[in-house]
Amino acid sequence: MPRKFQNPTEDSLTLKLTLGSIAIAFVGLFLVLPLIVVFHEAFKGGLAHAWTTITDPDTLAAIKLSLIAAVIAVPLNTVFGVAAAWCIAKFDFWGKTFLVTLIDLPFSVSPVVVGLVYVLVFGMQGWLGLTLAGYDIQILFALPGIVLATIFVTFPFVARELIPLMVDQGRDEEEAAVSLGASGFQTFLRVTLPNIKWGLLYGILLCNARALGEFGAVSVLSGHIRGETNTMPLHVQLLYDNYDYTGAFVVAAILTLLGLLTLAIKSFLEWRYADELAASHRH
Amino acid sequence: MSAPGISLAAGRARSVLPGFRLSLGFTLVYLASLVLIPLVALLLRPFELPLPELWDAITAPRVLSALRLSFGMALAAALIDAVFGLIIAWVLVRYRFPGKALLDAVIDLPFALPTAVAGIALSTLYAPNGWLGSALMEYGIRVAYTPWGVLVAMVFIALPFTVRTIQPVLAELGRDSEEAAATLGATRLQIIGRVVLPALLPAILTGVALAFARAAGEYGSIIFIAGNLPNISEIAPLLIVINLEQYDYAGAAAVGVVMLGASFIMLLALNALQSWAAKRR
Repeated sequence: MPRKFQNPTEDSLTLKLTLGSIAIAFVGLFLVLPLIVVFHEAFKGGLAHAWTTITDPDTLAAIKLSLIAAVIAVPLNTVFGVAAAWCIAKFDFWGKTFLVTLIDLPFSVSPVVVGLVYVLVFGMQGWLGLTLAGYDIQILFALPGIVLATIFVTFPFVARELIPLMVDQGRDEEEAAVSLGASGFQTFLRVTLPNIKWGLLYGILLCNARALGEFGAVSVLSGHIRGETNTMPLHVQLLYDNYDYTGAFVVAAILTLLGLLTLAIKSFLEWRYADELAASHRH
Repeated sequence: MSAPGISLAAGRARSVLPGFRLSLGFTLVYLASLVLIPLVALLLRPFELPLPELWDAITAPRVLSALRLSFGMALAAALIDAVFGLIIAWVLVRYRFPGKALLDAVIDLPFALPTAVAGIALSTLYAPNGWLGSALMEYGIRVAYTPWGVLVAMVFIALPFTVRTIQPVLAELGRDSEEAAATLGATRLQIIGRVVLPALLPAILTGVALAFARAAGEYGSIIFIAGNLPNISEIAPLLIVINLEQYDYAGAAAVGVVMLGASFIMLLALNALQSWAAKRR
């Protein structure tokens, strides 16, 4: 070293190398290696086998069902997220903090408990089970149950992205728009929406990723009927339990690719539109 | 929040913005019908049993060992993730190196990867004939199909929670107070122990709480790697599933209520942590 001076808040090179290696080794071992395994196992049987698994009617049905569940759950939770963020950010009312806590609740509830809860409500011994059976409406082991489970587990994603963002942005712009004669809808569309669009997209993205990937809650409610109530993650389990490991990893690889795509878009949004996302993402 | 004093004084009734009733009404109805009422159904269900029977359902040896495994391993995983999460956050915030953006993006992998996919990947990796499993076997360590498998899966799925709660706080912390401590003659170790870590403590604890809550409730990634032996490597959420498959709704609800109670406690703890952190700022 030419000079004996070292910046007191700068770590020594040895420490940097040590901590850096620990971080990279831990992430590599615990996060990256499983990722490599997925693709390694998926292509073990060759492309032909992968193609047969993907075009199998049961796999296609699983893909379709996962998409249907996401297409219903994500827009509903998006509307909810916008409504919740609007009343929490733009108005003051009693119990607001508690409401925010309740919105976060689904994150801390085990997915299996979510499934259990709906079984207790809609099952034959449940509160609504017999009534609905009288009208010939089936919730459990059918699409509605899967959609309900998906909605519950993806409930907070859009709301918790928009709430801090809209609280941060305040009310001045909307108040100006309204005092100039804009209607509520115009105000939202022309003033609020342009301000929150990237945050909204960010929330929808995470919501969608979880909706496609949910396993525990959907597993309890689906009934695992092959080709009918099997979503993609459940199909992975079914193939795996039937010792079709390569097939399971082929479907897993599709889900992994979707996950990686989500991560790529997410990182892009964080990098390009950092200022227009909630503060916690600006690092 | 912008000028809370003014808006409080103005009151909600005189806010010029429209849509308060509509948005709050929709929020409450949606929240109540999809989340709150079903959860209440679970809370009431076990009490249809006589209390002694409920107690027996919760204190059955198999249930107790499943709860102990889920919560014990979740705590261990959360602490492991706290240590490594802190190191990773430190490296991401303080150091500059090629590939940093990639490392940063990879941290969120457990959020983006469906748990079933993580489960079969980890299981294959740590199986006795897997890449890591075969290497560990030479030292006589078995991970897959033992309680250690539960720990590995939990460490995997909970890691982003600690990194992502510590990272923004560390970035915001800046180096001013560290520089001040250094000018006053503190050694590097003293600075870390007395200046940096105390400032990060609320974030670390929040991360641990989030990681613990997620790991304790985790199901998908664990069932593939754990082997699911009753009393040994059977987690509490799996016990709920098994009870449901045997139409033992009360038994399932009893375990479910314990898990839900733990979730509520974690949520309250998180809220307390947040207000503590806000006060310290």
